[in-house]
Amino acid sequence: MTPTPVTQLEKSALLEVKGLKKYFPIRRGFLQKTVGQVKAVDDVSFHVKRGETLSLVGESGCGKTTTSRCILRALTPTSGQILLSDNGEVLDVAMVPKTRLRSLRRQMQMIFQDPFSSLNPRMTLLDIVGEPLLVHGVGNAQERTDRVVEMLRLVGLRPEYMRRYPHAFSGGQRQRIGIARALALNPRLVVADEPVSALDVSVQAQILNLLLELQDRLGLTYLFVAHDLSVVKHISERVAVMYVGRIVETAPTEALFASPRHPYTEALLSAVPKPDPRLRSDRIVLQGEVADPANTPSGCHFHPRCRYAQAICREKAPALEEVSSNHFVSCHRARELTLRGVQSGAT
Amino acid sequence: MKETKPLLSVRNLRTSFFQDEGTTKAVDGASFDVAPGKTLAIVGESGCGKSVTAQSILRIVDRPGRIVDGEIVLTRADGSQTDLVKLEANGAEMRSIRGGEIGLVFQEPMTSFSPVHTIGAQLMEAIRLHNDVSKQEARRRGIEALRSVGIPKPERRIDEYSFELSGGLRQRAMIAVALSCDPRLLIADEPTTALDVTTQAQILDLLRALQRERGMAIMLITHNLGVVAEMADDVVVMYLGRVVERGSVDAIFHDPKHPYTKALLQSIPSIQSVPKEKLPTISGSIPHPFNRPKGCPFHPRCVSAMPGRCDAADPSLREIGEGRQASCFLYS
Repeated sequence: MTPTPVTQLEKSALLEVKGLKKYFPIRRGFLQKTVGQVKAVDDVSFHVKRGETLSLVGESGCGKTTTSRCILRALTPTSGQILLSDNGEVLDVAMVPKTRLRSLRRQMQMIFQDPFSSLNPRMTLLDIVGEPLLVHGVGNAQERTDRVVEMLRLVGLRPEYMRRYPHAFSGGQRQRIGIARALALNPRLVVADEPVSALDVSVQAQILNLLLELQDRLGLTYLFVAHDLSVVKHISERVAVMYVGRIVETAPTEALFASPRHPYTEALLSAVPKPDPRLRSDRIVLQGEVADPANTPSGCHFHPRCRYAQAICREKAPALEEVSSNHFVSCHRARELTLRGVQSGAT
Repeated sequence: MKETKPLLSVRNLRTSFFQDEGTTKAVDGASFDVAPGKTLAIVGESGCGKSVTAQSILRIVDRPGRIVDGEIVLTRADGSQTDLVKLEANGAEMRSIRGGEIGLVFQEPMTSFSPVHTIGAQLMEAIRLHNDVSKQEARRRGIEALRSVGIPKPERRIDEYSFELSGGLRQRAMIAVALSCDPRLLIADEPTTALDVTTQAQILDLLRALQRERGMAIMLITHNLGVVAEMADDVVVMYLGRVVERGSVDAIFHDPKHPYTKALLQSIPSIQSVPKEKLPTISGSIPHPFNRPKGCPFHPRCVSAMPGRCDAADPSLREIGEGRQASCFLYS
């Protein structure tokens, strides 16, 4: 029953993902024969330090959600290691037997995208926020109620509301309920999958501020999954950009936005509409479409759409290499290209 | 400036939904103009009435909603003017305008196509409804329309079903249907919201190129201020069914007047902002349409609200400068 012994984690790291792969089989016909594989996540490695926010960004189908679900073991990875430091002990989440999963999930909780479908309409706030405590057998009824009151206060909701049902709350308030539920067990890692994309603009800022504030107060570590680069820039210390199942670039936030080193990151940054009519820019518009993860291009997955592509890009997949301090890029031409970024603080 | 007649002029439009629980004033006195060949953006958050405004213009408001008051004047190709509110919603004239002179692009490219008909069948239906042409001619025009929106191999794509296309291609096909009858006004309701950023950039570029080629006006409905800044000439900001501010895109972004516009612009995380900095927020949330605040609908969330004034009376939209209008007591 002991988890497989694994290599030591770096002191500062809470989570380290090594060579993670998740393939989904494509089955056809009467016998459901496997005719192909969707390589949703294809050899992804990264780490998250204690107390920091790492964002996984990318367009739909890039594997960012699949990666986050593997980390929570909502999906069992095809191969690879997911190392989580647990009170000095290092566990491989990918290998932990099912019976130990529950205790493991106390450490990692999730905030969902849609505050309307992620709360049970037949449960009161007390039941919703108290459920993780009940599941993990924490305290007695009175202690659990006290904890719920504390959590609701923490996320800026009035505890008097705890006998109400979710329908009585607006989208932003519901997202606060979801956050209270995720934090009830005092997790160390919080995985937030698009937590603000379903909210109105004026409410988005409130929830982002709340997440930042809670991180400060409780020393939380966030793995933030998002497609909106403006939100990502606002909340994270480091960013990992994914394209068709692979990480193409990872760097500290400022560095990634100011001087991207991968052509896909450059195009992605340039495609974001800037809220200033005086900056109507000559955008880089990518041709074609995101590659199909069931039928990936040879070599670098991005080469058919890349304006800097050369012969080698078609033949060989580039490895993730460190081009400057903490800045990793997988591009054959990373060292020779000068790419356009986005300046901070420009008005 | 105002020599040319606006293509579309909406005055004091009110559209309400009459339900058992009460009446929802989805649009409550909206007024604005769309200039020919220009892009007007209508911005607002959910529940501000931007989509119902578009539905009112096309006369496709679902029951129990109906237009209670106001006029929507369309300047026709021959220079005559027609008030769309006075037309029969399903009458011959309205049907020829809808999809003919005014084209529509919806948000959800997945659900706005029929899954049991080919793209071609739906495209040809629109063409033959508005033009007296043979099937072969309609098909030829359909292929041309698909080519003009940048769909590769249109001869083959025209016989495919909507589920065989990717999100970006589906939205292009949707635009092809809307443009197949050469509209003079294209209403695009959140045309890129369901798309990824790189695909969004492609679609926005396409809309701009088509506008340049054909000189059509675009009424762009969106909540994304980045898209507005990229696309619009003029901007209308709506909140709870009312127009709170109108002006040129530069004026709205660089010199906003209404407290709601100011707060909205400050609260969006920008790709140019400094990481990990606290954002200014608008307190509270959008009220439920049944509990509309008395007076100015924004006053409970407004930092400049004047007690006794903003919660008592309703500010009307008034001129506050060259081509600028705002509905706020700060400017009266």
